[in-house]
Amino acid sequence: MTAATHPAGETTVGARLRWAVTDALTVAGRDAAHWRRQPAALLVNALFPVLLLLMFVYLLGGSMAVPGGGDYRDFLVPGMLALAMVFGVEATMTAVVTDTARGITDRFRSLPMAPSAVVAGRCLADLASSVVGLVVLLAAGLAIGWRPAGIGSALAAVGLLLLLRLAFLWIGIHLGLLTRDPAAVTAVQILVWPFAFLSNAFVAASSMPGWLATVAEWNPLAGTVTAVRDLFGAPVGTGGGWATEHATLLAVGWPVVLTVVFATLSVRRFQALSS
Amino acid sequence: MTMAIEVAGLTKTYGTTVVLDGVDLQVARGSVCALLGPNGAGKTTAVRVLTTLTRPDAGRVHVAGVDVLRHPRAARRRFGLVGQQPAVDDLLGARQNLVLFARLHHLDRRTARARADELLEQVGLAGTGAKPVRQFSGGMRRRLDVAAGLVLAPEVLFLDEPTTGLDPAGRRDVWDTVRALVAGGTTVLLTTQYLEEAEQLADDVCVLDGGRVVARGTPRELTAAIGGDRLELVVGDPARAAEAARLAERAAGGPPGAPAADGVRVTVPVSRRPGVVGAVVRALDEAGIEVDDVVLRPTTLDEAYLRITGADRTRTEVPA
Repeated sequence: MTAATHPAGETTVGARLRWAVTDALTVAGRDAAHWRRQPAALLVNALFPVLLLLMFVYLLGGSMAVPGGGDYRDFLVPGMLALAMVFGVEATMTAVVTDTARGITDRFRSLPMAPSAVVAGRCLADLASSVVGLVVLLAAGLAIGWRPAGIGSALAAVGLLLLLRLAFLWIGIHLGLLTRDPAAVTAVQILVWPFAFLSNAFVAASSMPGWLATVAEWNPLAGTVTAVRDLFGAPVGTGGGWATEHATLLAVGWPVVLTVVFATLSVRRFQALSS
Repeated sequence: MTMAIEVAGLTKTYGTTVVLDGVDLQVARGSVCALLGPNGAGKTTAVRVLTTLTRPDAGRVHVAGVDVLRHPRAARRRFGLVGQQPAVDDLLGARQNLVLFARLHHLDRRTARARADELLEQVGLAGTGAKPVRQFSGGMRRRLDVAAGLVLAPEVLFLDEPTTGLDPAGRRDVWDTVRALVAGGTTVLLTTQYLEEAEQLADDVCVLDGGRVVARGTPRELTAAIGGDRLELVVGDPARAAEAARLAERAAGGPPGAPAADGVRVTVPVSRRPGVVGAVVRALDEAGIEVDDVVLRPTTLDEAYLRITGADRTRTEVPA
């Protein structure tokens, strides 16, 4: 052994914090290395929402009535963007379940690295892949003639979307830590659909029967969809309930609450791996 | 003699299942200790506790002089762990994997690369280039896994069933790697279900059963402790095998252990003394039981193990 030198212990708080960040970036870098090796996998993931967008706009869009008038494209693009963030829960959960099942998580836990980096690295990597997904979907939207109202508000919309992704990321981490069974991932992949349809992503909540409309309006996804529609300059429509009136508040509130709850649960679950 | 691993009173319970029931263990620096035991004996849990992955309910654990329960991070710098399944990234190449793990051991980028190259050389994987690990053979994957446990040249290396699922060539590969490490002064604790592996690699064997250490010693000591040899007979008539077992036992003079009959095969524990083989054969001959074959065999670790863990309880019962 010549090259390996024992690094000094991380004793100070500052050093620990620095290593927590460095280790998280290193763990996230592993995903980046995967993408470099298999760019197709990253692209296929990003293209699935594009496929949905095209199907809904061109196959179903003709018979869609948009509340407040306007083009279904303008109505759907924000919905698809938010949905893409929610679908991310599957990718996160799959990655966590796979790493745990293959012993990679335990390998990390047995290393002298910052324990937080295991989860934080997953977080960074998935946010990065979601940025790629957003860019691809936005480009697809532009390609079929959708136009945002302005750059500044578009960036704010992207910010809200990533906030939603963050919330579903932590849900994915938590679910991934709860199970080692790949069948559980399939269950989540199926359940995501009713969850997605029971929102205002594809059609306006106001077009649904009474109580369903309320559920759809309060769907954690709905606030983001409405707020993003507004920021992109699409007509939001009128006649919504309190939830629709306060979409921006919910677009921030829901993800923040979900993130706090599921991040706490995830950390606890992660610590419980040693019990 | 200084100890690389010291474990005292280790207890771990899951619900009502006692997985570790007061395990004590000492492994001398530079030696190889095999934790032997059937499935569910607590081997893996013991290794997980020793490597900070699982917290015990009670007990003390020191690895390379560090209190593992109090200072897990300091301990992690002093041991390497090779878990039950190869925990390496399938999509990345061997070197990419090792650089990743070296970075997570907080080596700077340049040192990490240099160390990765050294390790690849050490386990014979230099020249695998960018080939993704999922195209590796089982043995190569295992060796990469071992290399990943060696980043900081740890004083103690834990190997949890390192050759399970490998073909004989892969198994030999891993054994050679472990021997080379031991020659370099690394202390190794390995768990195994294979007695041959314990015999091949270990200075000391510790038999774990039901969460307790039920026997320990060198492989030789363990077989000696079981004592005696075995007389294996093949009788002509399977219907009389049980009778043959009883007669042979009486003729052999009642050494420890019960005789066993399985088809035409009769196994009788005997203590080696002049005339014992002749006495047994004569007794059977007098009873008119035809003996087709007789072999006097020394007890193997395999038998010692089965006797210790009671895993052949059913076989040692002579059918009536």
